Amino acid sequence: MSSPAPPNASPQGSFITEEALKRLKTRHAAERRFKLYGQVAIGIAVVALVTLLISIFGQASSAFSRHVLTFDTTLEAAQVDPSGTRDPGAIERNVSGFNLLLQDELAAQFLPEDADRNLQRELYGMFTRLAVLPIARETADRPETVGTRQSFSVALADDIDLYLKGGVSNRTQVKLGAITPVSGSLEDTVVVEFGRDTAGADIANAIERFRAQGAGDNEPTALIQMGQTWFRATDITDTTASLAYVAGARTMPGADTQGAALVLEQGQENRTVTDRQLAWTMLLKDQGRIKSVLNTSLFTNSDSTYPELAGTAAAIVGSLLTMMVTALLAIPVGIFAAVYLEEFAPKNRMTDLIEVNINNLAAVPSIVFGLLGAAVFINFMGLPRSVPLVGGLVLGLLVLPTVIIASRAALKSVPPSIRDAALGVGASKTQSVFHHVLPLAAPGILTGAIIGMARAIGETAPLLLIGMVAFVAEVPDSPTDESTVLPVLIYKWSTGAERAWEPQTAAAIIVLLVFLVLMNLFAIILRRRFERRW
Amino acid sequence: MDGNVEDFTETTTPRQAENMAEMIKVDCRNIDVFYDDKQAIFDVSLPIQDRAVTSLIGPSGCGKSTFLRCINRMNDTIEIAKVRGKIYMDGADINDHSIDPVLLRSRVGMVFQKPNPFPKSIYDNIAYGPRIHGLAAGKHELDGIVESALIKAGLWDEVKDRLTAPGTSLSGGQQQRLCIARAIAVSPEVILMDEPCSALDPIATARIEELIDELRERYCIVIVTHSMQQAARVSQRTAFFHLGKLVEYGDTERIFTNPEDSRTQDYITGRFG
Amino acid sequence: MLETFGHLPVAWLLFAVLAAAGFVSFFAGRTEAVLVGRGASERLNSQPNYHGYFVAMATVGPAALILVLYGLFGESIVRAELANELPQRIRDLGSLELGQYLDRIAEHAARSDASSTGNALFDAASARYTDLLGLSRIIALVLALSAAALGFFFAKRRLSTQFRARARVEDGIKIMLFLCAAIAIATTIGIVASLFFEALRFFSRVPVLSFLFGTEWNAQTGADFGAIPLFFGTFMIAALAMLVAAPIGLLSAIYLSEYASPRFRGIVKPILELLAGIPTVVYGFFALQFVAPLVRNIATWINGLPVVPDGLLAAQPTSALAAGIVMGIMIIPFVSSLSDDVINAVPQTLRDGAYAIGATKSETVKQVVMPAALPGVIAALLLAVSRAIGETMIVVMAAGQRAQITPDPTADLTTITVQIVALLTGDTEFDSAKTLSAFALGFVLFIVTLVFNLIALRVVQKYREKYE
Repeated sequence: MSSPAPPNASPQGSFITEEALKRLKTRHAAERRFKLYGQVAIGIAVVALVTLLISIFGQASSAFSRHVLTFDTTLEAAQVDPSGTRDPGAIERNVSGFNLLLQDELAAQFLPEDADRNLQRELYGMFTRLAVLPIARETADRPETVGTRQSFSVALADDIDLYLKGGVSNRTQVKLGAITPVSGSLEDTVVVEFGRDTAGADIANAIERFRAQGAGDNEPTALIQMGQTWFRATDITDTTASLAYVAGARTMPGADTQGAALVLEQGQENRTVTDRQLAWTMLLKDQGRIKSVLNTSLFTNSDSTYPELAGTAAAIVGSLLTMMVTALLAIPVGIFAAVYLEEFAPKNRMTDLIEVNINNLAAVPSIVFGLLGAAVFINFMGLPRSVPLVGGLVLGLLVLPTVIIASRAALKSVPPSIRDAALGVGASKTQSVFHHVLPLAAPGILTGAIIGMARAIGETAPLLLIGMVAFVAEVPDSPTDESTVLPVLIYKWSTGAERAWEPQTAAAIIVLLVFLVLMNLFAIILRRRFERRW
Repeated sequence: MDGNVEDFTETTTPRQAENMAEMIKVDCRNIDVFYDDKQAIFDVSLPIQDRAVTSLIGPSGCGKSTFLRCINRMNDTIEIAKVRGKIYMDGADINDHSIDPVLLRSRVGMVFQKPNPFPKSIYDNIAYGPRIHGLAAGKHELDGIVESALIKAGLWDEVKDRLTAPGTSLSGGQQQRLCIARAIAVSPEVILMDEPCSALDPIATARIEELIDELRERYCIVIVTHSMQQAARVSQRTAFFHLGKLVEYGDTERIFTNPEDSRTQDYITGRFG
Repeated sequence: MLETFGHLPVAWLLFAVLAAAGFVSFFAGRTEAVLVGRGASERLNSQPNYHGYFVAMATVGPAALILVLYGLFGESIVRAELANELPQRIRDLGSLELGQYLDRIAEHAARSDASSTGNALFDAASARYTDLLGLSRIIALVLALSAAALGFFFAKRRLSTQFRARARVEDGIKIMLFLCAAIAIATTIGIVASLFFEALRFFSRVPVLSFLFGTEWNAQTGADFGAIPLFFGTFMIAALAMLVAAPIGLLSAIYLSEYASPRFRGIVKPILELLAGIPTVVYGFFALQFVAPLVRNIATWINGLPVVPDGLLAAQPTSALAAGIVMGIMIIPFVSSLSDDVINAVPQTLRDGAYAIGATKSETVKQVVMPAALPGVIAALLLAVSRAIGETMIVVMAAGQRAQITPDPTADLTTITVQIVALLTGDTEFDSAKTLSAFALGFVLFIVTLVFNLIALRVVQKYREKYE
């Protein structure tokens, strides 16, 4: 039948036999492979996290600054305060009056007397209607400034802002050196001669490169700046070019004017910013009137339909109000429920049922809590929609199991000897729990509570179902005011059509993450400070 | 079946039995073991005889088990443990870089305090070692190894009809014999036993002790035990450990009848421990 | 009079009144007990403080209960009463419009500087609403105060040297603790009841079978309520997520618990947990902005390969694959931390047994540790699947709205949760089939995840017992 296992004590006492060695090689290879799988798995997870953070921070970075135009204007009483009462409310509501100030200022610089409506609209489109709202508020706060000359800054429209931050369209700049107009007029085409031999070829090359990259029918544009005037190149040879006037000073540039070309991947029909708007923006920038400033309105403004004006203030307050309700519900109820289950509950089927039920509740999808909120709080009890009170209640029920489970774990970690000692000196059960066990478990309970709240603050889905997606332009000041919360705001912004919403959303995400980090840091510090090992 | 009986008689020839006494199988020299900064074993030197049972006794926490785990480098699996000193097995340094702990352990089997059968069938429990070490060429040969290991561990008659039952379905004593069979199956030369009977009832203990006595004829056995009676019953040599130091080492009979050190005397007469 | 009450910030006022009543009754009870104790021959059974607590409890408890009930139902009663008084033509509006009308009235009434809107009916209703609100508040307040007074006098009369005030107070505390624990049960009952009854109402309009087995879903515009495409989308995305999360989560757990040095573990574990702490809406944004375009570009590139038939992949801007991958990333820490627990619960002696016969680490893990941990690992995966099925924001943002059945992972699929959100966002009317279908979907979702969770929790419990 079978032979016995081979006698393997080699005379030298060596551990190496021919066969075992061969086998060992493959076994160790398998070992290394397996270890590698583990490392790769962890690597993937870490890379995913890093990618996520980088992509969000990358997106958000541009939202933390924005471009504003500074302009001086006289606050003409007739325009700013037509009623003449200096009533702050009336001044603030008079947005169109302030808009006219801004528009007049722009028109004076860029528009000919006979400018038609389309041209006006194009120029005024560089600002949204509500961009002057901060000025209106500022003036309303200081009515005495009416009639005086003041310096203001207004936010540029999101597309222009995005262009200045490098978005909208790929582009390259080409230095052209001296350019001399030879014939033509501003009304028609201007033919120019390049001082530098290769200038024309450089532009043509840039255009060619974009054409090669770009898809299909898209025609790159070359804008040429000569002094204060911008042209569009219509025909280019190595040394000459035909140019059409776009915007800027309406005088023919002199001979040997230094020029530069701005080549854009897309033609203006494929862009959100027109050639003229670009030219105006660049002219204003050359005058030093467009500046990049810290985007404080991200924190001070409420939601808006214009991305450059939208801020998170209302949502932050909404989140805080909601969290307040959540905390008031979940923390005391959670702690008391845990105390009951851990210390008082008789060990019977009812308690088992509660226990299973709580564990299950912790794993119920959050959206189901939203359905509960919609059916019970709103439909059945008739509480108002979109208010932090209902949102807080729903989230409170949602995190209740988390708080209970964490509190129970903390209570369980208090050794029975403490309870015995208290009972031993004649304390009642209740006294032993409330005087001795609960204080000792407090750090653990608090940590659990904070973790529960951290979960609640990022929760979105259930709040969508109880109407917290409503557009809220005013900072709520009580839990029964209509409001929204940060994560819902993020969701809403992420669905915005304009490109400018993307960095804005990413910035709001960072605000949310900062809240989360702070809460978790607090929990960690608490754990470190008070952790006790029995 | 017949073949196995033959094997059994063949491997214990009288010639080998004669040489046994002088043969040192494992020679431990100046062993120190540290857990982080705490030293658990202090300069222990212990030559261990082949074909004999050596028992390590001493009060709990004296480092017997730690010392035992040096012999098959099980301390490698504990991150904070550091071993210093030399251990030679058949003249080769087992802590040498060229020695793979995996191969070492196939030659130095171990049986633990609590029976720890794998969550597999009885058959697979035994076959696992031979499989990973490639000791069997085919299913047939593997069957043979399993059978002979179970016979040697005295478990064959009890389990031969239910080899596919899970190992955990056996009684405690049977589980421990299964673990011994598992160790035997990779045909080791040394078997380390770490209080193998501490979790068993007296009957099961007697059964294991009987088994140890039988195995002595073909293996070098080192057993850590709490029970002095057990040490006296099963071992030929006894080493007494105290506070991480080797106090006394010699023939079992002498240690128990005529110890040289007063601490040994105190311990075996039950004054501490 | 009524009007002024209608505008009062009653909540704070009541809170203050209750707190004051609590203090007063506590000291009254305490003083009484001290007096009783001084006059009597025997010692008080309980400390005077407990007598004080007892009186305070009896005073505040019933009053607070009445006020809580009022807080929960008061306004709806007022609204129902107002709705009854409104002219028939307004009452005949649908429940949604009526609700909105009442909302507007309430909002208008809440403004203290409310000016006339020019609509006589509306103004009258608004004034009437303020009156009714004030009246209801007065009633609630009177009820609460009399309950407090009654409680106070009955409690005070019971004080004596033999009175076991402490035991009574502790009974009260225990009842309160039990009620808190019961809220968890009440939540479950609330969930089951609301989902079940709304689903029943839905099934009275749409047959169960055509809901469960229909293949056309068109709830927004039409009346097709066949949920199979939603089930398909849900399970497809959950499966894709598990394809990502299961191997990565498991292998990282194994590496961390069996191979990694404590230092490495100390760094990597929190990083993985960080993934778990990121809100799902952030993952949704990541999926929408980063992964979905990537998936689309790759799919377009594959479509462009010469060997691939034209238009093999749908290459949609939002896709099941994008949602699945990101959801998988989200679930990684879930799988890894649960498996980590499970793997660590495998007794060290089993590993020792394998090492002792010369198994390598990977052999030990693959052939001893994992088989031993298998039930727990399966439970962990089940919990992860249940999590994936119930996940909402990622799929809402990155999976799409189209109810279709296709094996192409680059197509946009829709899921149960996406449809629930789509059906219930915005103004909703509670008795249309459209809205009710969301509850039917929610019911299915709840049942499925419940079954998964129950099985998983049970297996984990069994597993723990085995190795304890």
